[in-house]
Amino acid sequence: MPDVWIPTIMQKLTGGIQVVQVEGSTVRQIINNLEVLYPGTKARLYDPEEDELLPGVAAIVDGDVTQLGLLEKVNEDSEVHFLPAIGGGS
Amino acid sequence: MLDYKPNIVLSSGEYNVIGSRPIRHDGADKVTGRAQYGVDVSLPGMLHGRILRSPHAHARIKSIDTSKAEAAPGVYAVVTSADWDQPTGKVEDLAEGAMHNLRFLSNNILAHEKVVYKGHAVAAVAATNLHVAEQALALIDVEYEVLPVVLGFRDAMKDGATLVHERLHTLSNPGLRAGGYKSDDDKSDGTNVANQFEFKLGDIEEGFKQADIIIEKETNTSPVHQGYIEPHTGTAQWQNDGSLTIWSSTQGHFNVRDLMSRLLDLPVSKIKVMPMEIGGGFGAKGIVYSEPVAALLAKKSGKPVRVTMTRTEVFESSGPTSGTNIKIKIGATKDGKLVAAEARLIYEAGGFPGSPVPGGCNCIFSPYDIPNAYLEGIDVLVNRPKAAAYRAPGAQAAAFAMETVMDELAETLGMDPIELRLLNCAKEGTRRATGPLMPKVGFIETLEAAKNHPHYSAPITGPNRGRGVASGFWGNGTGPASAMAIVNADGTVALVEGSMDLSGTRVAFAQQLAEVLGIAVEDVKPTVGDTESIGFTSNSGGSGATFKSGWAVYEAGQEVKRQMIERAAKIWEIPVEDVEYEGGVLQHKMDTELKLTFRQLAARQNATGGPITGSAGVNPGGAGPCLATHIVDVEVDPETGKVEVLRYTAIQDAGKAIHPAYVEGQLQGGAVQGIGWALNEEYYFNDQGHMMNSSFLDYRMPTSLDLPMIDTVIVEVPNPAHPFGVRGTGEVCIVPPLAALSNAIHAATGVRVNQLPMTPGTILDTIWEKEGK
Repeated sequence: MPDVWIPTIMQKLTGGIQVVQVEGSTVRQIINNLEVLYPGTKARLYDPEEDELLPGVAAIVDGDVTQLGLLEKVNEDSEVHFLPAIGGGS
Repeated sequence: MLDYKPNIVLSSGEYNVIGSRPIRHDGADKVTGRAQYGVDVSLPGMLHGRILRSPHAHARIKSIDTSKAEAAPGVYAVVTSADWDQPTGKVEDLAEGAMHNLRFLSNNILAHEKVVYKGHAVAAVAATNLHVAEQALALIDVEYEVLPVVLGFRDAMKDGATLVHERLHTLSNPGLRAGGYKSDDDKSDGTNVANQFEFKLGDIEEGFKQADIIIEKETNTSPVHQGYIEPHTGTAQWQNDGSLTIWSSTQGHFNVRDLMSRLLDLPVSKIKVMPMEIGGGFGAKGIVYSEPVAALLAKKSGKPVRVTMTRTEVFESSGPTSGTNIKIKIGATKDGKLVAAEARLIYEAGGFPGSPVPGGCNCIFSPYDIPNAYLEGIDVLVNRPKAAAYRAPGAQAAAFAMETVMDELAETLGMDPIELRLLNCAKEGTRRATGPLMPKVGFIETLEAAKNHPHYSAPITGPNRGRGVASGFWGNGTGPASAMAIVNADGTVALVEGSMDLSGTRVAFAQQLAEVLGIAVEDVKPTVGDTESIGFTSNSGGSGATFKSGWAVYEAGQEVKRQMIERAAKIWEIPVEDVEYEGGVLQHKMDTELKLTFRQLAARQNATGGPITGSAGVNPGGAGPCLATHIVDVEVDPETGKVEVLRYTAIQDAGKAIHPAYVEGQLQGGAVQGIGWALNEEYYFNDQGHMMNSSFLDYRMPTSLDLPMIDTVIVEVPNPAHPFGVRGTGEVCIVPPLAALSNAIHAATGVRVNQLPMTPGTILDTIWEKEGK
């Protein structure tokens, strides 16, 4: 199962656990299954109005910021992070 | 006479066009004055707009009376924030992490209820010429209730501090730079802290227990400006059908369109943005200031209106970068291995939320393999201009703290500073302090190149001289991008793409297309399309343009290639599998006598099926982080404290330099801006929050007379996520200079200067403090 790294601010929802294993083959499935394990997490990551990741949240799958958001494929041995989307300069 | 090569490319792959240094297609227009910038727009009946700005850094607007200005001869329109709807405080993501709280954005463009910095726009006038408009501004009567100012993070974070926004809500998500607004019924205490967040890795307490050596320090930096030559300018014209055309010098014309759409509540299909040439942006032209005001004035007057800032307005009313305070602590074993690091980064956002503190947190520890880390980021409001992005936003001040601490650690251990960095450097698979694993990067190769450079081994002769080294990290960005290649009958190709050309990207895109098609780069004619001529393309920011639009160009070229092969197969009446395309020549795989050059086939395109065009829209991942190491020699005058930069070498991984001269230009430009930041540049505010040096006479940026030639080394460790191995190069080059200069000054004087800028006065104060004077 993929390893999901929980942002520090959300670790109160996981009882302080930083890394959890969550089933899912897309970022959407990971978020849905994470909500089943730790209620309240989905609301911190998902915008139901837009059916997208919340503004400012980036999903990082295996080290790369995904450009597909919820649709990004996740492998069995993947590592998923939810981090700030950080814009650039020049 | 040089005994070394001033510019070196450690090339990792050979191509025909990529890696060469052709003359840029837009070069002649730019050096002869034919290129059209924002202020060159002139339309029939066009009016000129001027903006009335607040004389106070903090005040409530009690009333605005525009009647006298409206009645003045030659005045066609006067607008205030009452001329558009106030948007909600909802944060919107407008591509590439460019989050906007539209309420704050709108209120920064035209103040509503309050002004929160000196120079904040209050009203605007459109008139027949600038002088009439300027005179009319004086006829606008604004009644202010002047409020106490809060000018620094220390005061802003005190209990009972003056509040910049009474309804500000503290967020705890580093992604939401745009800040939050409390609901009307939320009566909780106010705050100036817009965002406070943290990252944890490993066990920080246990990590410091393992440390034999702990180094701590506190650094401070002042706000500085990007210093682009061209002021912000925007022109607007409404059509009879209610559609709007905008001419803008911007880093992202699609972003301008989308922002205008939301601010004016107009569908994107009703807005066309014409991209003008841009005279520098460095991140700060990814936002709108003049364009919405021009649109409001144009609507009210029924005429086209151009609004252009003066230099003083650019300083006082656009976005400098943040003032910062960083407390940092690192722990290492006696062998030099880092075991723990923690930092608290406080960045001042100005009058509205959104400092680059997330970028600072993202970058501060990223060059190194540190198993236990803790980061806290704080975004705090003060009565100063709203901060905007500046080339690797947030990373420079962060590296100033980290890289000077690394220098202290090397000194304490008696280690060579580059060896210390090599011992701890991040590589593929290193876990970053923010969590994710590092993809393939070229930090080792960059450090090795620095160590082996003749500069590093050259003796330092003479008194009061010293050498400093520092490194830096930038994550680089990407986003959606579009390109279209149109084959002309004469064998040339018109290339339309959507990335604004800040730094020679047109020729870099032409080179990538020429490489794919096997033609000469001079046969590609690149242009930046307006928002109705090419598909959506995200801002030229995050050092992402050459990466993402390069990908789009590559794919468009592949589509042209596929169609060319089909046409050749049709002519020769053979299967497409039997046609090969190599070096701009199509030939039969078995019968090599059957050949057509690209040019020959282009001439036959209409007779073989019609025009050949290839287009692509992409949103590629894997932008690939970039790391740099700089070496600098200085001499410090012990009598005056003046620093002279004697020699400077910038070494950086570029993945693959498409056009090495322009990558070198980036490295040199970034280094020079960083030197200015380190030694000279600073916003001087009086105790009322008024900027006292808002001209280039008083805001001292380095010139070519101040500096030696900046030598460069381009290291090429290809990015596996790009067809040619490209990494963005435009930003990380400004990250190391601040610390490199501080480390060199320490080597020359024996004192560590922990605040920027390191002016002669600051250096003398630090020396005298050490000497007990």
